Amino acid sequence: MNPAPPGPSGPLAGLRRYASIYGALWRNSVVREMMFKANFLMWIVVETLWFGLQLSFMAVIYSHTDRIATWSKWEVILLVGAAQFIQQIFHGIFLNNCTQLSENIRTGKLDFMLLLPVNTRFLISMRTVDLGSFVNAGLAVAVMFYAAARIPISPGLAEITGFLLLCVAGILIHYSLMFALSCVSFFTVKAQGIVWGYYNLFNIARLPDTAFRGFFRIFFTFAVPMLIVANVPVKLLADKLSSPLEMLLLVGMAAGCFGFSEWVWRKSVRNYTSASS
Amino acid sequence: MKKYLHVVNIGIQNQLVYRTNFFFRAAFGLIPLTATLMLWRAIYEGNDGGEVAGYGLAQMVSYYLIITIVDALTAVNEDDWQIAADIKDGNISQFLLKPIDYLAYRFCLFVTGRAIYTVVAIVPVGLFILYLNRYLVAPASVEAAMVFGASVILTALLQFFISYTMALLAFWVLEVATLIFVLFAFEYIAGGHLFPLDILPPAIQSILEFTPFPYLLYFPVSVYLGRVEGDAMWTGLATQAGWVVGAFLLARFVWSRGIKKYSAVGG
Repeated sequence: MNPAPPGPSGPLAGLRRYASIYGALWRNSVVREMMFKANFLMWIVVETLWFGLQLSFMAVIYSHTDRIATWSKWEVILLVGAAQFIQQIFHGIFLNNCTQLSENIRTGKLDFMLLLPVNTRFLISMRTVDLGSFVNAGLAVAVMFYAAARIPISPGLAEITGFLLLCVAGILIHYSLMFALSCVSFFTVKAQGIVWGYYNLFNIARLPDTAFRGFFRIFFTFAVPMLIVANVPVKLLADKLSSPLEMLLLVGMAAGCFGFSEWVWRKSVRNYTSASS
Repeated sequence: MKKYLHVVNIGIQNQLVYRTNFFFRAAFGLIPLTATLMLWRAIYEGNDGGEVAGYGLAQMVSYYLIITIVDALTAVNEDDWQIAADIKDGNISQFLLKPIDYLAYRFCLFVTGRAIYTVVAIVPVGLFILYLNRYLVAPASVEAAMVFGASVILTALLQFFISYTMALLAFWVLEVATLIFVLFAFEYIAGGHLFPLDILPPAIQSILEFTPFPYLLYFPVSVYLGRVEGDAMWTGLATQAGWVVGAFLLARFVWSRGIKKYSAVGG
């Protein structure tokens, strides 16, 4: 799709080139964030507050019951922490870029990006980094450690590696679905509202899967796989997997979602006729 | 008075532009609601169909359904952002020159916004409630139903005045978005959005009683369900009215201070 970069070729050189571009984008984001320090800190406070809210919701519920379906209190806290971790990493790398797409189309900035000698999807997906989200992700990890100690579980290196790999699959699902939906902006100007409305669905990821049944469970496992994004990694950590197939399902759904988003993206760009210029 | 009717008219036309947006918002909002209800069902099944803090399953489901209705009728939507933007961009200057009261102007827009939103949301929310009708309990009594109605109106007023006052902070701070979000987060949990407040530990409940938060959503619903009755109900309604008056006076005060500070940036 894009012209080959000048200089040495081969997959390794390409990877190195993109790594250095991404490094530059990171530096850029750091500089920009540091221009608005107070704002940066305030958003961390807001996010922390929301995270605390979710935790206290679960705490209040568990003051009236011992279990939600098969999940005990600290297992659910671990789940809320993991869901927050996955969501914040997604937030830090992708979210703002995805929601920005409609603006880039409306103002015609996308024309310019299409001309640059890099993969356009890479550029619009990862152009800015939201640093505060990584701070919040760190907080989520702290909560997870605490919850793990209270369950109690002490996962080995293999489980933790598996957990992190499954988190990557979860982040990929979040990103792919969000990106595919952002592509609606190619067809209507009012897409931003839909995108934000849809983002609310991500909150389902922090709820224990076995509480759900019937159509809801099937839909949010196989169509919009929110109920496996965080549940499967946590079940691996807490030794709750009913079968290893669950992990395979998560990885398979991640690949499927990514493929779907790439298909939507290509279709949309083919349709693109530029906004104003 | 006639000029405000004009504002209402313009407001209706403006809000109708967002009908698709409203529809999606209402429809998408039902999904987290379904998730919450299913979560509670799982909890009740684990409890052998007993009660949780005096709520049976039907009462608990009703709680969330009524919350959804009251929220659709009273929640401040974009108003606070628009007010803050008006101040920041200097658009407010034109209101200072016209014989129009900004608070009354915004209130007209708020009311039309809620009206249009409710009309659009009636279809998805109505179908949803119809589907769950066997869980929906009737108001505790005729008296409760009437107090509920009055309390919903007070809720809307309180929501509006508090959001209005928050947005006026844009006179002093450049970025009010974070402040609005912080308030919203508190309101979400302390207003009864996430769960009925009377399942909280009694100590926390008694602290909340001294704040306006329960009157932003929880109070009318608890009247409807008969959780608050008799004298406590009337005292609650009077307290809510007191908060409304207080919030109104505060809004007027903050406006008069803010307008002195205002320097019409870019205006």
